[in-house]
Amino acid sequence: MFQIRVHGRGGQGVVTATEMLSVAAFEEGRHAQAFPSFGSERTGAPVVAFCRIDDKEIRLREPIMEPDALIIQDPTLLHQIDVFAGLKQDGYVLLNTNHTFEELGLADILKGRKAERFCTLPANEIGKTHIGRPIPNVPLIAGFAALSGMFKLESVVLAINEKFSGKIAEGNIAAATEAYNLVKEQMKGANHA
Amino acid sequence: MLKQMEGSKAVAEAVGLCRPEVICAYPISPQTHIVEALGEMVKSGKLTPCEFINVESEFAAMSVAIGSSAAGARSYTATASQGLLFMVEAVYNASGLGLPIVMPVANRAIGAPINIWNDHSDSLSQRDSGWLQLFAETNQEAVDLHIQAFRLAEELSMPIMVCMDGFILTHAFERVDIPSQEQVDKYLPPFDPRQVLDPAEPVSIGAMVGPEAFMEVKYLAHAKQMQAIDLIPQLANEFKQQFGRDSGGLVRSYFTEGAETIIIAMGSVLGTIKDVVDEMRAEGHNIGVLGIISYRPFPLAEVRAALVNCKRFVVLEKSLAVGMGGIVATDVRMAVTGTGIKGFTAIAGLGGRSIPKSSLHTLFRQAEKEELQPVTFLDLDWDVVNKQLEREKQTRRSGPIAENILHDKGVVSAKFG
Repeated sequence: MFQIRVHGRGGQGVVTATEMLSVAAFEEGRHAQAFPSFGSERTGAPVVAFCRIDDKEIRLREPIMEPDALIIQDPTLLHQIDVFAGLKQDGYVLLNTNHTFEELGLADILKGRKAERFCTLPANEIGKTHIGRPIPNVPLIAGFAALSGMFKLESVVLAINEKFSGKIAEGNIAAATEAYNLVKEQMKGANHA
Repeated sequence: MLKQMEGSKAVAEAVGLCRPEVICAYPISPQTHIVEALGEMVKSGKLTPCEFINVESEFAAMSVAIGSSAAGARSYTATASQGLLFMVEAVYNASGLGLPIVMPVANRAIGAPINIWNDHSDSLSQRDSGWLQLFAETNQEAVDLHIQAFRLAEELSMPIMVCMDGFILTHAFERVDIPSQEQVDKYLPPFDPRQVLDPAEPVSIGAMVGPEAFMEVKYLAHAKQMQAIDLIPQLANEFKQQFGRDSGGLVRSYFTEGAETIIIAMGSVLGTIKDVVDEMRAEGHNIGVLGIISYRPFPLAEVRAALVNCKRFVVLEKSLAVGMGGIVATDVRMAVTGTGIKGFTAIAGLGGRSIPKSSLHTLFRQAEKEELQPVTFLDLDWDVVNKQLEREKQTRRSGPIAENILHDKGVVSAKFG
């Protein structure tokens, strides 16, 4: 079982992100379960949502305490909550920022971990360019598909088309494609370094 | 057709396939996406003929459902938590009048303290209301139980609550097989009411009944639930033959055969329990699980048959009879009367507290050694409890409990600054 935890703030589409992750996994014939950490939702408040992916039926209903992957939609959360809590030693991290982990003072987190599984993505900017708003969720799940190889970009596109239609779907697909390619580029660089 | 979708939306699709003729709902919290999605289906003409009635309260929702069901329309509403409590007088009337209304309860806690999260306090508070209560383990089962519930309700002429864990199921995206219209039509015939308000053949429904006949009417409600003990497995069997899935029934056993320790529970927590039991069995522990699907009627004989050869059982329930202990546990103990089997109660997950595998591992191992108290409160923070008890001992004006506990736990409460 592969477990993903998404951290963000109310209004950033955190819950939608995990739902779309689950749809992308489903499109590839896998079992997936997405659910939010429930609370009184309000714009700007920290939000957590979860996605499990497996090849067999998922029965477990506990929150994800030891994720295989973290998607962090808002870097300001790093000062507020311990987003890295329970992250597995060989886990993946995708962070929405236009800085590097080192610039954000996160070099310690990387110690003893697989650096090629850590990636940053300027998802707000990608959102602004293609959707007209700094909504980072779709670029991040496409970026995560590239980083983890868990599913194909086409499956993310299918999930987008299931959720949105018309111009919004088009914009999101463009954003997803750019994010996917950007992460792939970064990974090439990391592998050569 | 297999779909990856939210539990509430899946239930809405299933209900749509059951061709309800009247859906009434109070659309404000506590409510789920179920009636929202059904409202859209009615408005777009996808679900027709059907009237969607937006009412002014949950009390009105149930009252409208009573009226429409008595007029011969297949009637549906949905609620949860305080919403269910607000409609209680009408809830009893629906069952007392024998009207086959189907209503999901997206199980949630009841305040005070104010809480929106999952447990089973709401529908269990209606234990004796005369409604049947079926508990879904997964979203697939919630879908399937709705289809079975209309058939069962209309056959008995009694109302049914389909209970599904609020948030944990209603808001979870998972794989669900949505049947076709043809499949559902084949299983669920059009509503043929046992009683109907028809101007061509006038009757009254809702007579005042004095001491001379009240007990007989009430007994017949009980007799119908006893009939349901036979009917529920029959309908689940027929469902399996037609849809190819095990869904519904009275109870569901998982490695209970020959198990020394059996865990009993209702709803979605059964999934987590089964994962723990798999891990423990792999280590050689002789442990099994009994899921209760039909809480009302309570399947005394089936529960007894499943437990009779075990050494001990734990009823893990998301409900609390304050001043007593377990609610489900009381019924389970009744089922094993005279066997001498040791029973333990574990109260867990109240107000949405998560029930992690790690806590269950500890609990079940303690149960195996019979080291548990008769009633255990899983993961209760004894430090804050004892601190408050001490505070009350020391100070007369010890203040509001909820606020004190939040303060002790360091949680930001209603106060700002």
